[in-house]
Amino acid sequence: MSTLAVLPVLLPLAAAAASTLLYRSLRAQRVIGVVATSSLVVVSLMLFLRVWDEGIVVVRMGDWPSPIGISFVVDLFGAIMVVLASITGAATALYSVRGIDKERQSFLYFPLLHVLLMGVCGAFLTGDIFNLYVWFEVLLMSSFVLLALGNERNQLEGAIKYVTLNLMSSALFLTAIGILYGTFGTLDMADLSRRLASTDRTGVVTTLSMLFLVAFGIKAAIFPLFFWLPASYHTPPFAVSAIFAGLLTKVGVYAIIRVFTLMFPIDPGFTRPLLLFLAAMTMLTGVLGAAAQHEFRRVLSFHIVSQIGYMLLGLALATPLALAGSVFYIMHHIVVKANLFFIAGLADRIRGTSDLRSPGRVSVYARAPLIALVFFIPAMSLAGIPPLSGFFAKLVLVRAGLEIGEWAVVTVALLVSILTLYSMTKIWAEAFWKGPDRNEDEPESVERVPPTMVLPVAVLALITVVVGFLAGPLFGVATRAADQLLDREAYAEAVLGPERGSRP
Amino acid sequence: MQVLIAIIIGGIFACAIYMILRRSIVKLIMGLALLGHAANLLIFSAGGLSRARPALVAPGETAPLAPHADPLPQALILTAIVISFGVIAFMMVLVSRASEAVGNDDTDLFTATDQ
Repeated sequence: MSTLAVLPVLLPLAAAAASTLLYRSLRAQRVIGVVATSSLVVVSLMLFLRVWDEGIVVVRMGDWPSPIGISFVVDLFGAIMVVLASITGAATALYSVRGIDKERQSFLYFPLLHVLLMGVCGAFLTGDIFNLYVWFEVLLMSSFVLLALGNERNQLEGAIKYVTLNLMSSALFLTAIGILYGTFGTLDMADLSRRLASTDRTGVVTTLSMLFLVAFGIKAAIFPLFFWLPASYHTPPFAVSAIFAGLLTKVGVYAIIRVFTLMFPIDPGFTRPLLLFLAAMTMLTGVLGAAAQHEFRRVLSFHIVSQIGYMLLGLALATPLALAGSVFYIMHHIVVKANLFFIAGLADRIRGTSDLRSPGRVSVYARAPLIALVFFIPAMSLAGIPPLSGFFAKLVLVRAGLEIGEWAVVTVALLVSILTLYSMTKIWAEAFWKGPDRNEDEPESVERVPPTMVLPVAVLALITVVVGFLAGPLFGVATRAADQLLDREAYAEAVLGPERGSRP
Repeated sequence: MQVLIAIIIGGIFACAIYMILRRSIVKLIMGLALLGHAANLLIFSAGGLSRARPALVAPGETAPLAPHADPLPQALILTAIVISFGVIAFMMVLVSRASEAVGNDDTDLFTATDQ
């Protein structure tokens, strides 16, 4: 009965093992890739429905009682994240069938993709802080290889930067865990939540919270720790960029939100101004960086940074409405961002270049108007044009900010939204609309875009539209997830049972 | 003893950061390896430094005899060592490939992704 909560980890593990054993047959690996990730979507939706009906689901490994054993704790926020991860994973697997070249596929691309998904799902589900570190390492390890797979000079240089900064972050995370265990004697997040709530050692607690903020901040690419991201995300194949862009930084954001709701609730005197400042600077530097770029994926990479600022903003404002806005923003952002990178891949195939300054060999709009139009949906959603999903996500955050009178940061958020629109129209005009001069020779053959690469793009664009039209009910889901996040005692009680009067 | 270990850990952290900031890419690996060691030593000392027995339950007993050492930090370090071993091994291959591609080991020349 409780296996459902573990399946999002077991399924990718089994798929990775099976496709490694079948390494000779690319066809089998592709079939397993698509089937396993699609069934992961079904499993994660079932898990979500279960958590929706029954509340927090707890699975204790080996039936050891918490906090001695390691447990998986699935609350609504975690379940939503797993659903989003599985959707992105399934879209990437389908896109990769033709989007990734045969050499990379024969060097175990698909098993690595499954392991990446396993790490991401594990990180969203675990209820133990050291276990979270282990899942981070699982997903990082496979992302290192995915990034470097192919051995191009750009990829190797990008991988060096990515690996170095992520290892720094892991070492800091590990250090913080060591101090946390030395001070409070437990690693179970629910138990930590109770012990931290009743401690009077505020100095140690603040130091720890800042160590975690820096460690997760590097992974989430917040200001001023984001420079590895635009240096590496545009180097691997498009499918890999897309799943990185959709999921990896969001694991960092998830960890920040989890730690700063469950363990170190936002302190209005210290962490709130700091997080608000970081959120504003992240939004601003990201979008200004994007304005200066002329490579399709580098523009999008800087926009990832800028969007992370919005998610952080919801956490920093720390009202239930703002936190719900953050959760909704993540729901909208993962789908949109992955889709934009997929479309960048399609445009690159048609134009033959990703450089926005070059006219390319043919105008995308002239050759494939539907693909150009499909770019418009996620791009406008990212900028926050109604009735698409991004509009509602931004609306909630702005409203939450105005409710408590944080004018400055709301102004920044709105300004960044306009600059995002500028970037998106720049991409639209340069990469989709503009084409080579008519006088030039008509290009003899343009590579055809295979339907397996168009289908995931279309489905994700459809999801964006649906999220826009069903914003009400989906925001209800986000609100319930946020309420659950803010109720620390309910989380602790689901894991540990009712609080005892005294503790050893 | 606590103070001595604390100074050693601090020293290793300082060496690690210094090595990472050097321009040679080989020293970058050394720095990252040292950083992992420093974090591991810190966890080790966080469990408390004491002359105690291993946390093993003797035949006929139901609990380990006091005073016994906390086994959890040791398990954590073991996990962390295995992980950092794998990561450093990967990093060494990556660095050798990357310096071949760039033709130099100076990290200031790794600028192909910034253009």
